[in-house]
Amino acid sequence: MARMATTQKVVVSTIGAWLAGFLIFFPILWMVLASFKTELEAFAIPPSFLFFHWTTENYATVQERSDYLHHAMNSIIIAGGSTLIALLIAIPAAWSMAFSPTKRTKDILLWMLSTKMMPPVGVLVPIYLIYKTFGLLDSRIGLVFILCLGNLPIVIWMLFTYFKEIPRDILEAARMDGATIGRELVYVLTPMAIPGLASTMLLNLILAWNEAFWTLNLSTSYAAPLTTFIASYSSPEGLFWAKLSSASTLAIAPILVLGWFSQKQLVRGLTFGAVK
Amino acid sequence: MATRQTQLLARSLLTPAVALLFIWMIVPLALTLYFSTLHYSLLDPGSESFVGLENFRYFLTDPAFLASLQNTLVLVGSVLALTILLGIPLALLLDQPVVGRNIVRLMVIAPFFVMPTVSALVWKNLLMHPVSGLFAWIAKVFGLTPIDWFNDLPLFAVILIVSWQWLPFATLILLTALQSLDEEQKEAAEMDGASAVSTFIYITLPHLARPITVVILIETIFLLTVFAEIFVTTGGGPGLQTTNIAFLIYSQALIQFDVGSASAGGLVAVVIANIVAFFLVRIVGRNLEA
Repeated sequence: MARMATTQKVVVSTIGAWLAGFLIFFPILWMVLASFKTELEAFAIPPSFLFFHWTTENYATVQERSDYLHHAMNSIIIAGGSTLIALLIAIPAAWSMAFSPTKRTKDILLWMLSTKMMPPVGVLVPIYLIYKTFGLLDSRIGLVFILCLGNLPIVIWMLFTYFKEIPRDILEAARMDGATIGRELVYVLTPMAIPGLASTMLLNLILAWNEAFWTLNLSTSYAAPLTTFIASYSSPEGLFWAKLSSASTLAIAPILVLGWFSQKQLVRGLTFGAVK
Repeated sequence: MATRQTQLLARSLLTPAVALLFIWMIVPLALTLYFSTLHYSLLDPGSESFVGLENFRYFLTDPAFLASLQNTLVLVGSVLALTILLGIPLALLLDQPVVGRNIVRLMVIAPFFVMPTVSALVWKNLLMHPVSGLFAWIAKVFGLTPIDWFNDLPLFAVILIVSWQWLPFATLILLTALQSLDEEQKEAAEMDGASAVSTFIYITLPHLARPITVVILIETIFLLTVFAEIFVTTGGGPGLQTTNIAFLIYSQALIQFDVGSASAGGLVAVVIANIVAFFLVRIVGRNLEA
């Protein structure tokens, strides 16, 4: 009897969970389907779910008409560049706070966290004017810089929580065995720090790739990453559903894959270690 | 000697990050503060003059401010309510033994990784279009009049889109918290004859109190400045119906070029965010000591 009840329970919860998952995922699925339709079919009522004329021409058109790859490259440069620079600044800082904490470490960490809570609109005006003055509007370097600063607190926090978990006894053991600082770094610490570094990098790439306040306000065409490029489809004359869908599918595909790998770290990174 | 050297090294490693963040926080904020006391229009350069608190008076008594403050509160409150009320049952469901749980989990999390401009445009057009959208078709199939979302219920439409983006976040955090719940405690309660409902109320829900607080605070910080979703769907309209504080400041700065008033608005936004941040920092800080 008890076994029956469990099987029944599994069946019910499985059906419920799949139904909920499907509903939540549906808008993405619908978008991917639309990207393989012709413009007419994408617009058609009643809509066709699977039995339409599958075509990949939208993907070709998006590239031809609007130089999709240029904007994808901008996204890669801006998200990648800002992540890399943020890591270079954050690694030494997180390292020092995790391994040589002082009385003020906790205050510094919380202060860093509080800088992340400043709403970007609060400083939109000065940043815009500074960028205008220095010719940084619609430049990749300007976006790299601002996204790097915006995400720096999260990067430091995540690295700090990972570094803190490296057992310090191991360091002492290595030192006892006569390892120099250099050897200690290469053979002991780096291998232990790599998983934390990788997941921090991943989460930051995702955040920077999807950032849509500064990119929309500070870039228009040349430096426009995919967020800004997709936004250009919002104008009424730019309303081509199939093309919007294929551009969007391409824009979110790489990040969806990265995101699925990093779901566990996501919780940790976005809650600043408050939920593990 | 060695420890002193280490301390010096540690400090010098920390300095670049602290200095950068300090400049990043102080310089723009000081400029915002300074601009907020000026009459300063980009359309009329060279005419800057000190006006004291005039911009604040103007911004705070502008009917658009009250409207956008109300929209901001409705938006934040509704999205919080939707994501948490749907997130709890969803997390409970995913915590059950489910065949193919990992795949379901991936489907549930996916919306969080979709860039805001994409989710907003896909919802606005493919789903919510009053004639050719999928929702309109579903309504017609059931013999209902399709809803013209962005004309009749613009703020609600934005709320739905933003909730869809943040539901995965709430679910994921609550699920993570559920998985750390002590199974033995639940089993013991069941042995004692506690019903599923009372187990949920007396054991599960108290355990979720902290993660729910964290979800509320973090979502609030991001939701206070929802921008891209409004920018690409409604542009704040019709009228002021979907203008929130963030969008109001944006339009004053970059559409009306009124730097002084936008800066005053920016400071108001900072103050509102700081009230929330105060509580979040306290919770995180408490956790840091444990």
